Amino acid sequence: MVARQAGLGLFAGALFGAGLAMSGMADPARVRGFLDIFGAWDETLAFVMGGAIIPMAMAWRVQRRMRRPMLAASFTLPDTRDIDWRLGAGAVIFGLGWGIAGLCPGPAIADLAINPRPAALFVASMAGGMVLFRLINRP
Amino acid sequence: MAPMPGLVIMAPMPGLVMMAPMPGLVIMAPMPGRGFLGGLMIGLAGVVMLLGNGRIAGVSGMAARVMGLAGGAPRVLAAAFIMGLPLGAGLVVLVSGGVATRFPASTGLLVLGGVLVGFGTRLGSGCTSGHGVCGLSRLSIRSMVATAGFMASGVVTVAAMRLLGVAW
Repeated sequence: MVARQAGLGLFAGALFGAGLAMSGMADPARVRGFLDIFGAWDETLAFVMGGAIIPMAMAWRVQRRMRRPMLAASFTLPDTRDIDWRLGAGAVIFGLGWGIAGLCPGPAIADLAINPRPAALFVASMAGGMVLFRLINRP
Repeated sequence: MAPMPGLVIMAPMPGLVMMAPMPGLVIMAPMPGRGFLGGLMIGLAGVVMLLGNGRIAGVSGMAARVMGLAGGAPRVLAAAFIMGLPLGAGLVVLVSGGVATRFPASTGLLVLGGVLVGFGTRLGSGCTSGHGVCGLSRLSIRSMVATAGFMASGVVTVAAMRLLGVAW
């Protein structure tokens, strides 16, 4: 079961990575252009977000009528509802790094195959940030 | 260039990704059409994860899972998804002959950005994929708050860097 899940996961990851490369989201300068609404705004990312949300919105409607996913015993979905300081502060800190470097986690990892040297530096730093969070926030 | 929305069949031009699904036929789309197509692929990847594996296609969560920093999906599934990202991007590079990217020249900006993105996505339980695509399409209030937060923060950061003269 897990092997088939992993196989499907590899396919989904590859489709995701190809979509990132196709869409322009793998380009940090373009991503910063999208955030640069007071400068030379690049609207491309709004189309990327729209393109990604449409099939997902349909999938959520289908999901509600499925008893279980195709390759797993049950759905494992986030059920947290709290709007707390962690959610807000985390989003603001993430946005700060996103604006500085023009990279969020998906494109950064996909860029390992497009522009390996700077992508690897960013991904290693991102891993460091995740470890840092774990160190000061032990479960 | 033909002012046609979506796909256009035409000769190569620098800076544009080309797809050659069969020899002799070069299909490429100009930007924002190509952005929309790429977005559809990202969304379909999320659909496959949700309806196939019953899970959210959230990159930061799965990256943390691979590193053993978080629970969640079976580790082999998370690792397969994460490895797929450069695999798919690499395939587009092979088919198209190259994908244009411009990174900051400064090592310091890459490291600072990376640490903040890693820390922030863990504290906020998600990034552009988990909150921005999967959560928004699910109409999750949490994800709406998070997405508004990181979008606003990103916009302010880029504007502040412009004012401070450190834009790149």
